[in-house]
Amino acid sequence: MAKTMESAPNGSHVLPFEKVIVQLDRQISEMEAQQAQSGKDFSAEIRQLRAQYVSLLHKTYDNLSPWETVQVARHPGRPLAGDYIEQFVKNWQELHGDRRFADDRAIRCGLGRIGTEKAVVIAQHKGRDTREKIECNFGCAHPEGYRKALRVMRLAEKFKLPVVTLIDTQGAYPGVGSEERCVAEAIAVNMLEMSRLKTPIVCVVIGEGGSGGALGIGVGDRIGMLQFSYYSVISPEGCASILWRTGEKAPEAAEALKLTAKHLKAIDVIDDIIPEPLGGAHRNLSEAAGNLERYIVRTLRQIKRLSVGDLLGNRYERWRRMGKVVSADQTGQST
Amino acid sequence: MAENQPEQASPYDSSAFSGPQTRKKREMPEGLWMRCPQCEAMLYRKVVAENLDVCTECQYHFRVGGRRRIQQIVDTDSFEEMFADIAPADPLEFKWSGQTYADRIRKEQAKTGNLEACLTGVAYVKGRRVALGAMDGDFLMGSMGSVLGEKITLITEEAAKQSLPLIIVSMSGGARMHEGALSLMQMAKTSASLGRFDDAGGFFISILTDPTTGGTMASFAMLGDIIIAEPGALIGFAGQRVIANTIKAELPEGFQSAEFLMQKGFVDMIVARKELRSEIARLIDYCAA
Repeated sequence: MAKTMESAPNGSHVLPFEKVIVQLDRQISEMEAQQAQSGKDFSAEIRQLRAQYVSLLHKTYDNLSPWETVQVARHPGRPLAGDYIEQFVKNWQELHGDRRFADDRAIRCGLGRIGTEKAVVIAQHKGRDTREKIECNFGCAHPEGYRKALRVMRLAEKFKLPVVTLIDTQGAYPGVGSEERCVAEAIAVNMLEMSRLKTPIVCVVIGEGGSGGALGIGVGDRIGMLQFSYYSVISPEGCASILWRTGEKAPEAAEALKLTAKHLKAIDVIDDIIPEPLGGAHRNLSEAAGNLERYIVRTLRQIKRLSVGDLLGNRYERWRRMGKVVSADQTGQST
Repeated sequence: MAENQPEQASPYDSSAFSGPQTRKKREMPEGLWMRCPQCEAMLYRKVVAENLDVCTECQYHFRVGGRRRIQQIVDTDSFEEMFADIAPADPLEFKWSGQTYADRIRKEQAKTGNLEACLTGVAYVKGRRVALGAMDGDFLMGSMGSVLGEKITLITEEAAKQSLPLIIVSMSGGARMHEGALSLMQMAKTSASLGRFDDAGGFFISILTDPTTGGTMASFAMLGDIIIAEPGALIGFAGQRVIANTIKAELPEGFQSAEFLMQKGFVDMIVARKELRSEIARLIDYCAA
């Protein structure tokens, strides 16, 4: 669990642009240890280092490039859906299986209470240790995952429970079984049904919003993103290898794809940005979870007041607006 | 996508949309004579054209884009184009290695004579009035950006308004990278409009042609009340190379073909091009007359 990571984010994994930050953090810890051991007073030095540390965190995280944001979103110590569920979903009861084929561990569905709100939660979970990662296929769902999600969403609709989805996936799994059982159909049907599900739906990208695999549980009334998550039509590496003809240009591709929460808010793809703790969610799980919980509760309270007719009308209009086109006269060309 | 194949294998990426490299080029070559990529017969171009761009020897279905496809399906001169003036913007000001999306669009427009990768309108098929959309694979691989999504949505709404059966002929490499998440969101937009069409009791025939992949497949293409595929068409979500790289194994014979999809239970029928008109008419008479 990420609880031990409050100050030193997953010592084994240091992002390239975090090297100095982690060094400083280590110095502070060492000095604190020395102080405790020797009984000498280093508090002034420690305070100074702390100030330096905080200002450096600010400087770094206020100016993350899109590619750095992708790296934060993929940080091995970043809280996963399972961590958030553990932090703030009370009385969590998982519901297993799509009643067709299998129980896909990449998508967790269940009942629980968030704040005061009863909800159905659908969450993409990547797994923390190797065993768990393999169990949930690194968060890359098969068709049965999407079909389970739909089954549980229908349950939510029937019993008038709101749906909360947590999105964190590189994408739907590109494998033989996935194609045989037609993940494309599963995703398409989910989007269609979510667009008309007669109950409130809040979706939050908490890490990676990987293309259709994310959107397959991503249609709702309000779409939020954690500050350092990303959402994209294609992975930066994939885009780079096609357009630049080398995956090494992923940083440029990340820039071009405008995949950060800030960019996506500016073009109205998402509705809200949920702030992360200073230095990213991997530095402080409980603060990140608190922010996410407050956002979900607040948003559910807002949208559950609407009549079903208004809810679905607004939802349709929200998605209907997606995209940017011009009329031919504006391009100076004729048909 | 329209560019070349990716080298790396992130478990998922839409680069895969370009399809397997092993497949031969399917565009109709220039000149009087042409070779069928499947049976390698030398074919007189004019004869093939008269045969709806199908090989007279082995029934291989060549790719047909846009207007020509519509001509082959609808009654002569019955197509009234709608939403023709909708053109792509460059919302992300997308640039890559010295090229710009704005430039690329202009080139594709000059090459195809169309503003975008999709044509929409109303027409008659054997005397039955329909709303129709068809993708043009020549325009940036028929990829779905804002315009394609908007036009599919508009024609779906029009079909609902006029109570017409809706026919969409897909031929698309998937979502268009150059418009980023806006392309991705077209999947949800088109699906939502089909949800409303469904609520209104509308009849939607989705026709999958070679190739129908990626985000196009994973949205409106797989949402037909009836799903028809053309023989031999490549239909799949992830690209074959990406899958092969992920699973580190050879792919099964015929993987992601129209026949494979029907065998797995995701396509209602495979219809040869010359039967398509009468099949559409028959389905409309059964379901939407």
